[in-house]
Amino acid sequence: MPLKKLSKSGVEFSKRVVVVNCLVPLAMLAFDAARGGLGANPLEFITHVTGMLALVFITLSLAVTPVRRLSGMQWLAVHRRTLGLFGFGYAVLHLFAYVWFDKSFAGAAIVDDIAKRPFIAIGMATVAILAPLALTSTNGMIKRLGGKKWRLLHRLAYVAGIGGVVHYFMLVKADTRLPIAFGIVVGALLAFRFADAYVTPRIDALRRSRVAPE
Amino acid sequence: MIFKSPNDIPSSEITPESTYLNRRTFIRTAVMAGSVIASGAIYRGLTQPAPAQLAADQGPAATMLEGPEGESVTTFEDITNYNNFYEFSTDKRGVADKARGFVAEPWTVAVTGLCAKPTTFDLDGLARLATPEDRVYRMRCVERWSMVIPWLGVPLAAVLSAVEPLSSAKYVAFTTLYDPSRMPNQKTSILGWPYVEGLRLDEAMHPLTILSTGLYGRPLLPQNGAPLRLVVPWKYGFKGIKSIVKIELVAGEPPTTWNREAPDEYGFYANVNPKVDHPRWSQASERRIGEFGQRDTLPFNGYAEQVAGLYSGMDLRRSF
Repeated sequence: MPLKKLSKSGVEFSKRVVVVNCLVPLAMLAFDAARGGLGANPLEFITHVTGMLALVFITLSLAVTPVRRLSGMQWLAVHRRTLGLFGFGYAVLHLFAYVWFDKSFAGAAIVDDIAKRPFIAIGMATVAILAPLALTSTNGMIKRLGGKKWRLLHRLAYVAGIGGVVHYFMLVKADTRLPIAFGIVVGALLAFRFADAYVTPRIDALRRSRVAPE
Repeated sequence: MIFKSPNDIPSSEITPESTYLNRRTFIRTAVMAGSVIASGAIYRGLTQPAPAQLAADQGPAATMLEGPEGESVTTFEDITNYNNFYEFSTDKRGVADKARGFVAEPWTVAVTGLCAKPTTFDLDGLARLATPEDRVYRMRCVERWSMVIPWLGVPLAAVLSAVEPLSSAKYVAFTTLYDPSRMPNQKTSILGWPYVEGLRLDEAMHPLTILSTGLYGRPLLPQNGAPLRLVVPWKYGFKGIKSIVKIELVAGEPPTTWNREAPDEYGFYANVNPKVDHPRWSQASERRIGEFGQRDTLPFNGYAEQVAGLYSGMDLRRSF
């Protein structure tokens, strides 16, 4: 398969493709906003779409390792950071839309909202979890923390994914099909990582012991 | 057999480096463009752009209709393209498109139950009971957005009086059409179908309560509840049941759809009340469609003077 291994320039090119595609929804949102094409309630629409995009990109970043393991396309690994950072970026826009459009920057009303409404608190906590992951995403930080610590910290990405799904599930009125679909995908990705980390090595060990000469 | 050594390939057949690079550039350009088009198409598909609008000039100009206390009337375009009507779609921007082609005529509504003269009316029969009149009302959705809508309709009291309610009748129960072939989302189980709503008899008889058959001077479009819907301006929008086929006078408080779905979030009364929060958001303010900031939500949606008396002595925190 020609895609299994890319040349160095091929990997660089794939990075550009991913970054440009991550920006496509933002560009289209801005374009629609500029021509007044966001519908009757544009502020609500911006809030919903940025939230949805955050969840989509967080889920995509969580999918990178399973897809890489299953396909053998090792070069995919470089895109995990990009997708995660865009997930964080859209989550920040989503938070900003809420703070501005819904709360007009009124601190007391926001604190009140967090205290009274679990889905708001969970949403805030999700952004709070993503922030340190974004800050420690540079190569320099990976080195400084050391691979082991860094990997442990970045498992929080799964907590953020689950937080995003729960936040979404709790806020819809009756039609829970989409949040449940996101839940199934994130759950499946998490299950794969578990299996990959704990079950695969054992099966390998078992196989090795069987073929070993008596 | 003659084996040619690699040297035997004439130099003319070697791909020149510039061609190789051109080919690569071409492929990369195609990959980049293709992926951007695909991402854009996915985004478009998921965000469903507003469908082609009906020309607003098919109705009278908004300026001809006075909003309450100088508030401006919401545009025809917004009223007909931002709807909660789960029978068609749970996406407010998608209802108009999904409801296009819904055939609302012929239509009859059965007014029945505890009354002396149960009657099934067609639309002309309703119009004969009382002349449809313009009513410009605020509409406050439980989701914290609001509009000002120039309805056309007849007082519900005129319809109920015509069937002569018995003294045992204390409430009125309303039912939406159940026909999954015409209301496609009724094939799903996102809500218990058909949609049902209810009012206390005195609320139903109040002069502000109307059965609407139109807005902006023209018949209701499917997305707004064609051909016949309830409008109770001091209550949250979900009380305004759409596409009604049955109105029944009953003795006890009838079940209502959203109350059945989430009793802690949606009460039977559902009077607009800035002091009683929805469990998931504050009801103290609202976003008027067409405006940027937030407006304070008014008790009984600004109709307290006319209707507060209906609830004297009641604890509206408990009967929310």
